[in-house]
Amino acid sequence: MNLLEVKDLKVTYGGIQSLKGISLTIAQGELVTLIGSNGAGKTTTLKALAGLLHPASGKVNYQQQSLLQIPAHQRVASGISLVPEGRGIFARLTVEENLLMGAYVRSDKAETATDLERQYVLFPRLAERRSQLAGTLSGGEQQMVAMSRALMSHPTLLMLDEPSMGLAPLMVEKIFETIRDISAQGVTILLVEQNAKLALEAAQRGYVLESGAITLSGAASELLGSDAVQRAYLGA
Amino acid sequence: MKLHRPANRHLALAAILLVLPFIIDALFGHGWVRIADFALLYIMLALGLNIVVGYAGLLDLGYIAFFAVGAYTYALLGSPQFGLHWPMWVTLPLGAIIACIFGVLLGAPTLKLRGDYLAIVTLGFGEIIRIFLNNLNAPVNITNGPQGISGIDALQVGGFSFGESHQWLGVRVDDVHLHYYLFLAFTLLVIFVSRRLEDSRIGRAWVAIREDEVAASAMGINTRNIKLLAFAMGATFGGISGGLFAGFQGFVSPESFSLMESIMILCMVVLGGMGNIGGVVLGGVLLVALPELFRHAAGPVQQMLLGKVVVDPESLRMLMFGLALILVMLWRPAGLWPSTQRRRELNTEEGA
Repeated sequence: MNLLEVKDLKVTYGGIQSLKGISLTIAQGELVTLIGSNGAGKTTTLKALAGLLHPASGKVNYQQQSLLQIPAHQRVASGISLVPEGRGIFARLTVEENLLMGAYVRSDKAETATDLERQYVLFPRLAERRSQLAGTLSGGEQQMVAMSRALMSHPTLLMLDEPSMGLAPLMVEKIFETIRDISAQGVTILLVEQNAKLALEAAQRGYVLESGAITLSGAASELLGSDAVQRAYLGA
Repeated sequence: MKLHRPANRHLALAAILLVLPFIIDALFGHGWVRIADFALLYIMLALGLNIVVGYAGLLDLGYIAFFAVGAYTYALLGSPQFGLHWPMWVTLPLGAIIACIFGVLLGAPTLKLRGDYLAIVTLGFGEIIRIFLNNLNAPVNITNGPQGISGIDALQVGGFSFGESHQWLGVRVDDVHLHYYLFLAFTLLVIFVSRRLEDSRIGRAWVAIREDEVAASAMGINTRNIKLLAFAMGATFGGISGGLFAGFQGFVSPESFSLMESIMILCMVVLGGMGNIGGVVLGGVLLVALPELFRHAAGPVQQMLLGKVVVDPESLRMLMFGLALILVMLWRPAGLWPSTQRRRELNTEEGA
């Protein structure tokens, strides 16, 4: 059963077509990656799925229902959560306030408190810094805040936009480890990455996006081995 | 001053607030009780603006317009202007509702604006309202133009008028004292609502929008409605204060709703401590009381020290006000009594 089905999605940005009709599917529980170079349309895709951009045409079905008429804030309530590029944390709120903000769409206070404790188990670093301002954390820790905050809304589909961007290699490892953990808990993940190798190693399937169109797709291991991907992204 | 048991503290505060007009009257005279009444009206305005600016972070420079809308609603429906004399319990809420509608009218087209752009639009809005009030005397006379509306009905509940003195148990209670208690009740109501909003889901949503609007909508916050709500709530408080003002003064004219007034109210919020109810109240009290103090003291003090009045007290007043503003912003950029959060924010900025 597909959780998300995107068909012929087109997005126009000020007269320029940044998505020229892409189609992709994500099954429940899958970890799928969307790789591509700068300006290929990866972020645009995620923004359109989160409802922050309005597509010119195409279909987006989530749990067998069209998403197109659903505003962004209602998509969060229905389980679609985006960790935006550059993390988008509330820099001047504390770590804990950030996480609680993630639970905005949930009303059960007791459950939110349990969730918070669960996040601190998943990210012990955040527990140490719970009362620190999020803006004063390192890039990797901020990424943890962003991911953890997204998890607070109990997402069915978690979309991550370049989580490794600007992080030290060790931190990148750590972030990917966490992504695998979250996936193992049953959360469906759509991972957008420039770091094709790491993303394909973590994911089950992948799509390659080039100038607004999907040029390759398949099992992650196949893509990792394919000549085209090797040449274009892995510098082999 | 610090009493430890909160219940005791509240009781002490209540007692002080209750006898305050009599103390002021005994120490400084009647005129100062009137000034205290105005201070309460301004505190209500400042608390209303605090919702828009302090909580939601939307810079509004035309806030006085809502005060004007509330005041004119009350004035038009309770004066010889149209020969209508509707009771206060109709005109006051009606003024609040109409102000609220104007708040949404201002909010809706400015949803995508932030910071300086929003400030310019709201400034224009405030001026538009004032100019309308100034010119709606022809071809059909609605507002009586620059002459304003006079003979407005006093605030009255049932048969009880706040506009005249009453005798109770041999104690004469003057109209300014009565207004003080009425305004105090409304101010406490506004404080109560502000506090509840601050601690609510809506309050958290305002914080999120103030900090980062895109991230806020990624949290599932309906940013459009929440911003409109901030404008609407702020405007409602302004409208209530305006209605009370009209009934208290008995006279309104467009002059009372100039840009300078909007800026004064913004100063109360910023100087006192944006986002902190206590700070905003403090800002309101200081900015009403200090200029009055200057007005009365500047002349005599010059006379005493220099033998003659060198600088006109009125212009000295603005000069001192500007100076005070600069000093506060230099030494206490988060305001005299900032919210914990705002203080934290400014500290990190300095540290970074």
